[in-house]
Amino acid sequence: MATATAAVKAVKAPSPTGDIVARWVVLVFAASLLAIAVLLVYELFIGSAPAREKLGLWGFLFSSKWNPVTEDFGALPFVYGTVVTSVVALLISVPFGLGAAIFLSELAPAGVSNALTFVIELLAAIPSVIYGLLAIFTLVPLMRLYIEPFLKHTLGFLPLFQGPAYGVGFLTAGLVLAIMTVPFIISVSRESLLAVPRDQREAALALGATKWETTWQIVVPYAKLGILGSVFLGLARALGETMAVTMVIGNDPSVHASLLAPGYSIAAVIANEFSEASGKLHPAALVELGLVLFGLTMAINGFARLMIAATTSKGSRRP
Amino acid sequence: MNRLALRRRLVNSVMLSLTGVCTAVTISVLFVILGCLIYNGAHSLNWNFFTKLPLPPGQEGGGLANAIVGSIEIVGMAGLIGIPIGFLAGVYLAEYEDKRFAALVRYVADLLNGVPSIVVGILAWTLVVLPMRTQSGLAGSIALSVMLIPIVTRQTEQFLREVPLALREAALALGASKWKMIATVAVPAGSKGILTGMILGMARIAGESAPLLFTALNNQYWGGLREPTASLPVMIYKLAIAPYEDWNRQAWAAGLVLITLVLMANIAARLILARGVSVPRG
Repeated sequence: MATATAAVKAVKAPSPTGDIVARWVVLVFAASLLAIAVLLVYELFIGSAPAREKLGLWGFLFSSKWNPVTEDFGALPFVYGTVVTSVVALLISVPFGLGAAIFLSELAPAGVSNALTFVIELLAAIPSVIYGLLAIFTLVPLMRLYIEPFLKHTLGFLPLFQGPAYGVGFLTAGLVLAIMTVPFIISVSRESLLAVPRDQREAALALGATKWETTWQIVVPYAKLGILGSVFLGLARALGETMAVTMVIGNDPSVHASLLAPGYSIAAVIANEFSEASGKLHPAALVELGLVLFGLTMAINGFARLMIAATTSKGSRRP
Repeated sequence: MNRLALRRRLVNSVMLSLTGVCTAVTISVLFVILGCLIYNGAHSLNWNFFTKLPLPPGQEGGGLANAIVGSIEIVGMAGLIGIPIGFLAGVYLAEYEDKRFAALVRYVADLLNGVPSIVVGILAWTLVVLPMRTQSGLAGSIALSVMLIPIVTRQTEQFLREVPLALREAALALGASKWKMIATVAVPAGSKGILTGMILGMARIAGESAPLLFTALNNQYWGGLREPTASLPVMIYKLAIAPYEDWNRQAWAAGLVLITLVLMANIAARLILARGVSVPRG
């Protein structure tokens, strides 16, 4: 008995110093993420200061002339190109992504669904420069020789499909972006669809609805916030995508109504001009473009995460 | 059978088949990409490709050894910077629940994850290239580590959270201090998932070219952390947009090498995870 008490006394209470040190160490590293974010915003503001003072935000955003030699810096062609290519991308990738997500969550057996989802995740892991490489040498000739002449022939009465078929341009860039955003839309939409409670499906089926009616009228509306979130996540990715777009958009800083025409995007102009930008105003204007892009993607990303959080916590997973 | 019922059945089967078509088309993209890369790139892969420096257009026998070594240097250095920071931040998020601050860090990590890679390049340019007065491999590493940190943070947090609470309580009940419990129980228990997160993060940054364009730049010769350095992704870009056919062939070969590495890392990560968590779930 006495020895037992001695033994207990001999075991020292864990010293709190180690805990305090450990806590501070991890806290500092966690805080470094905040520091990076603050630094990023600060540097973008400081770096773009000369351009913001000289041009102002609205004058910058709504001027369409870009000529580094004469120091004319207008962001409109780039903002336009970024938005148009992203919208084209979503018009293609949303139906495809949603369709595939429905197949994977509602029709495919769990094993098949998981295997296919892994393949789709691999698609998301492919570096964007490889998408660009393939687009330059396979998609661009295909667009120039077959798809664009076909579109002009059938839909040429629309201003969207007029002008010469170069192969490079808004439509090609949008198509590449569509391929790159589909995996994101599929995997997030699939998660939200799987989070719809099973009773919802059973109730609809018991009332005599077909599988498709159940899916389209009950399950999809139930998961709509998460699906919308996946769309915005795809949009944010499309807006910020650099390499693949730079390689196929045509790099022409002007605003064209036709999707077949070459254009430019914010990320592409930064990629092309930043390392050669000289003087004071040119780099600053490029940094200001970076700031615009940053603001745009951050707003959309934040929105997407809110919506995804709202659905995936609501339902219960399919057993 | 009346016409309405027939129509509903028809719509049902048509739409359901269409969802299958969507899936098939998406999946086939991966195989088309792999097929194209192998078809166009495999015949340019030879010993010279891995051992020789690039040559001017028109000269046979050049390689991309400098880009391969440069990529290893830049990505390795980015890992040395980014993995410890990301890992410890992830430990904080999972193990020390100061509600408001942790939520803020988590939100910022997601935010940083969504920053366009070209904007990260601008950050590294102002932070490293301007003071050093030259583009350098180090600037590229710092740009990539900024992308790596939030990925590793969130993955570490996620997999630490999967470690059962009972394990932690057992360690604490045995008298271990909290940091000892984390270091010897929680982290080893979640190590497979954490490792997976690190591999996936490294694979992701290894394929990035946009943040390297004006930080690591490019180099026809051997670079280093203190001078402009070639990397595989930037090299692919430069070779692909060049108007020389033999350079384009090199781009295909480099693309094949890059995608092989990235896919292998992804599959390896998957296999590590498939073996299950390191401890049985309680």
